[in-house]
Amino acid sequence: MSVLVNKNSKIIVQGFTGSEGTFHAEQMIEYGSNVVGGVTPGKGGQSHLDKPVFNTVQDAVNETRADVSIIFVPPAFASDAIMEAADAGIKVIVAITEGIPVKDMMHAKPYAKSKGCVLVGPNCPGVITPEEAKVGIMPGFVFKKGRVGVISKSGTLTYEAADQVVKAGLGISTAIGIGGDPIIGTSTKEAVQLFMEDPDTDAIVMIGEIGGQYEADAARWIKENGNKKPVVGFIAGQTAPPGRRMGHAGAIIGGKDDTAEAKKRIMAECGLYVVDSPADIGEKMKEVLG
Amino acid sequence: MFPSRFAQNILPMNIHEYQAKEILKSYGVTIQEGIVADTPDKAHEAAKELNRETGTEWYVVKAQIHAGGRGKGTVNETGSNGVVLAKGLDEVMPKAKGIIGGTLVTHQTGPSGKKVNKVLIAQDVYYPGANEPTEYYLSILMDRGTGQNIIMASTEGGMDIEQVAENTPELITKEWIDPSVGIQGFQARKVAFSLGLSGIAFKGMVKFIHSLYDAYVGTDASMFEINPVLKTSDDKILAVDAKVNLDDNAMFRHKDLAELRDLTEEDPAEVEAGEHGLSYVKLDGNVGCMVNGAGLAMATMDIIKLSGGDPANFLDVGGGANAVTVEAGFRIILKDPNVKAILINIFGGIVRCDRVANGVVEAYKNIGDINVPIIVRLQGTNAEEGAKIIENSSLKVTSAILLKDAAQKVKEVLM
Repeated sequence: MSVLVNKNSKIIVQGFTGSEGTFHAEQMIEYGSNVVGGVTPGKGGQSHLDKPVFNTVQDAVNETRADVSIIFVPPAFASDAIMEAADAGIKVIVAITEGIPVKDMMHAKPYAKSKGCVLVGPNCPGVITPEEAKVGIMPGFVFKKGRVGVISKSGTLTYEAADQVVKAGLGISTAIGIGGDPIIGTSTKEAVQLFMEDPDTDAIVMIGEIGGQYEADAARWIKENGNKKPVVGFIAGQTAPPGRRMGHAGAIIGGKDDTAEAKKRIMAECGLYVVDSPADIGEKMKEVLG
Repeated sequence: MFPSRFAQNILPMNIHEYQAKEILKSYGVTIQEGIVADTPDKAHEAAKELNRETGTEWYVVKAQIHAGGRGKGTVNETGSNGVVLAKGLDEVMPKAKGIIGGTLVTHQTGPSGKKVNKVLIAQDVYYPGANEPTEYYLSILMDRGTGQNIIMASTEGGMDIEQVAENTPELITKEWIDPSVGIQGFQARKVAFSLGLSGIAFKGMVKFIHSLYDAYVGTDASMFEINPVLKTSDDKILAVDAKVNLDDNAMFRHKDLAELRDLTEEDPAEVEAGEHGLSYVKLDGNVGCMVNGAGLAMATMDIIKLSGGDPANFLDVGGGANAVTVEAGFRIILKDPNVKAILINIFGGIVRCDRVANGVVEAYKNIGDINVPIIVRLQGTNAEEGAKIIENSSLKVTSAILLKDAAQKVKEVLM
């Protein structure tokens, strides 16, 4: 079954006809994802990549019964796109857009939640269930099918972890890039919950970064819920200096509780298998699953 | 600083105190008035003008740099503090002379300090009167845990708020604001009452909090810290200092605010990197690195440390690793004389490894005299082809495909 997306997902692309949307929609279709159409306001009625274009998400949902949307809309309009998808009844919204103002997400996130949908991202690589659906921008071939769930804040580090898991002879049930922005739709803990409930996932890789409380919250939840599945954890940024911004928004050290050391300590105390080196993620998972 | 624990993860754009105060004033926040000056002569003129406008006869000369702790900080060249009081117009010029052009070292600047280009000549607001002037602390920031803005207030104004949070957390009031309805009257009153205010001062503080919140939302700020907020001897409420961080991602709709960026306050190498679409932070180690993606870049820094080295930098080339960006990255890293080796770590997704490899070879040849060993680890799309290009290039470059091999090779070159 996997989580969030699968072969039955009917996917639309918001920002379909833009360059990013076009490029990645093509890649998704090539991968075998069930893309049923796209939305670009003002271009409704046209055809793009042999799929119908709609003016509104509501039109797209009415015509195609779409339940998943991926958003490539530019930052200034992205929160609007998220809310439009939520309002139209989309169940899973994956927001790829990087650079959305925090104030906009402060409104869009509770709105999406009030409509009962799951928002993943923004500023994330997306979600992939190997051999079923790629709803994101990740290189699909890295993700071979299997029974390990992957959760990560950052793009290339997600690919790295998945690649190691696959090279260790295992595979991926679903990989979720939750994104690195200050306000994101799905937290680490919520992603962990999905995998804990998924019968097709046996173990979880949880990759975090310095900054924030997400990993600590997830670790505590895992312990409180009886460590039902093994979780291998890594926190990037052990060598990052305090108080400095490291590239993208997710990576700042703020206080003493959210350093790599503090998070790793909490994760270990909660019964997670913590690796110090990002090169050991795959091997550790293999060892844990024995 | 204490608020950064909440405000983290927002790309902040820093501005100067005098700019922050102008913004606040435009939203109706009452401030300690002042005029900025970049020479001692202009400081004198500014003081005269301020005297006409406000009647103040004493003046506060405040260094304008992007760092806190100015009052206790020292100007290297003159021994002056970063914030000084001039008790009369004739003292303004000599006091300004002691600060402008000097290097101010505070507990936030690091030992090398920051050059002061401008001072703010501000009115004296601690004048005697019916009541003792009293200082408070007020800040607004984004609480990542709830996804809401939070107002924090304390009677311990003018103090290091981190110390207050550590020792007497009960002296800090927190009020969360629901973004869908904005700040409500009862919330502003709650905060003002928590500071023990009454009468005119209470009303002034309620208005101050409302205006401050309007300014915060209106400017797409990520942090406001007003420390201190002053209740004057005649019960006026004023912002005496203002630290304002704006959300970089929102500057597209605030062109006027975007222009307030002062690049002289930022690291030149980081600015140069930004012009090439690279994200660079200089560190003190001996192994340079160039990586695609911030998370993988930090993981690569960790690998360097575990291999016995220390990362010399953080450098994220982003989604478009090509010959031009790789060359720009090389040049920035090589400016650092401490660099003894460079590790390039690219996980090719959309970016194909063979293209990155060609980019590395081309950049290497263009620069010509790279005297440090380079380890190139390419993984993902076309990784094997990329490795072959590196190996056949006859350059002083080693390639790796697995991350642990790259780590091993870093270890070897450092031995």
